[in-house]
Amino acid sequence: MSTALTFLELTPPSRTVRVEFDGQPLDLPLGANLAAALMVAGVHTLRKTPVSGAPRGAFCMMGACFDCLVDIDGVTRQACMQQVTEGLVIRRTKTAGQNDAS
Amino acid sequence: MMQVDLIVIGAGPAGMAGARLAADAGLTVAILDEQHRAGGQIYRDVDIVASARGDILGKDYTDGLHLTRALAHDNIRHIAGATVWIIEEGTRVGYLQAGGAHVVTGKRILIATGALERPMPLPGWTLPGVMTAGAGQILLKQSGVLPAQAVLVGAGPLLYLIASQMVRAGHPPLALIETQTRAHSLRAARHLPNALRGWRYLVKGLSMIRTLRQAGVQRFTAASEIAVEGEGRAEAVSFTVSGKRHRLICQTVLLHHGVVPNTQMARALDIPHHWDAAQHCFVPKRDDWGRSPQTSVFLAGDGTGISGAKAAALEGQIAALDIATDLGAMAADQRDAQAAILRRAKSVELAARPFLDAAYPPFAGALAPADDTIICRCEEVRAGDIRACATLGCTGPNQTKAFSRAGMGPCQGRYCGLTVTELLAQANGKTYDETGAYRVRAPIKPVTLGELSKMTTQTNESERHD
Repeated sequence: MSTALTFLELTPPSRTVRVEFDGQPLDLPLGANLAAALMVAGVHTLRKTPVSGAPRGAFCMMGACFDCLVDIDGVTRQACMQQVTEGLVIRRTKTAGQNDAS
Repeated sequence: MMQVDLIVIGAGPAGMAGARLAADAGLTVAILDEQHRAGGQIYRDVDIVASARGDILGKDYTDGLHLTRALAHDNIRHIAGATVWIIEEGTRVGYLQAGGAHVVTGKRILIATGALERPMPLPGWTLPGVMTAGAGQILLKQSGVLPAQAVLVGAGPLLYLIASQMVRAGHPPLALIETQTRAHSLRAARHLPNALRGWRYLVKGLSMIRTLRQAGVQRFTAASEIAVEGEGRAEAVSFTVSGKRHRLICQTVLLHHGVVPNTQMARALDIPHHWDAAQHCFVPKRDDWGRSPQTSVFLAGDGTGISGAKAAALEGQIAALDIATDLGAMAADQRDAQAAILRRAKSVELAARPFLDAAYPPFAGALAPADDTIICRCEEVRAGDIRACATLGCTGPNQTKAFSRAGMGPCQGRYCGLTVTELLAQANGKTYDETGAYRVRAPIKPVTLGELSKMTTQTNESERHD
């Protein structure tokens, strides 16, 4: 699937930092909106739903829909409300049947 | 604990303008906002973006600089990155910031939490690659990111605005699939004479449509039976126009059929709401100054009914005038004199609104989705599930919540509430007011126990505002 050009950046980032998404290293613009930076990097599915395992990506980009939930340092966060920082370790949230106490 | 005269929740146009007027009147103000920079969604990140992309986003966006810069005032403390999760006794606001929980108290609270996209449940609207048009605009504003060959679906001025911004950015959308019909235009025409007082909005609309025509962007109108198709992500949009089925291949679909007040915070305070038929949404009860029945709590901006950024700023100022008088910082005759000027300006801003509401109504297909369409994105509850609940005797959203889990997920009903009310009202033959809405309870946004455990309750010298 050609996802490379789905989202475009008007200006190239001045500085990128290394982060990890689900074990994959990615270089994202420092200080960028995490959900936006992941889209540009070609990551469109941020999680699978706990009910049916359906893929989901960012939807509202303003912290209202909670579709862009990711796991950062063991805490579930909205990717659209996070900024990219150096060394960020992002994981997909757990899906159906894997719910722990959190 | 920080103590101020006025707590403003939301640093969009209403909140910023209200905060500044209150500060000028001598009140101490704390303005809390979830984002890292002031501006709200309409002026998102304008302080740093205006110079980089102001030409693409237009003057209506860069105008926001007047408001963000006005927050630089000795009486105003802007608390950025702050998520409000609880309001107690109409005077105490709990918020999360940088992993910790804090409390601020104020004699008055101004809620200016703006609008949300009207939910647009269609087949396939949960697929990755489908976003709200507002999300597309936020990406462009904040991040300078835009989708290639996007398809825009729905109705309303925002659709034209983002489409023309994409044209100016050099990446026009593939097509607009619009849902308004000729019948809507005819019905809207009777509002045109009054709308002429707001002629600037009409001229802007025509100019945006011209931009799209010149760029050769395909437009379909009176579209129905719209569905997003794809395995694992959006791959195409199919729709019907004049009995003919169309299918456009695309990877990004931006949905929009209007915005609606974000009433989450007002609901959590048990402020009564009623149905606004013209705007097809619930609005909170407040008087001409924006004062709610809970007398320490005021409301302003699009969170009280959709009137746009300029009117929102005026409403914020009108509320701030009454708050200043309330707290003894302004004489009543001075308040009334200033308010008269602001109200005249507001009536001009509102003049085009009835025309726009009638010309670009919500998409009928999304107000009555097919049984197998997901309406609660979080819990994946379908329209048919809600209709089945109605058959079982459910009359309101709080009952269907318990029966179906719709509204029980992390978004707390923000993106299914209006749809559930709509479906129940239709199925039961009741009015929207009779059907009602979800009860909202704190936490208004999710809070972790770790954050709560770090709650600061001691008076912290560095946080005190004198």
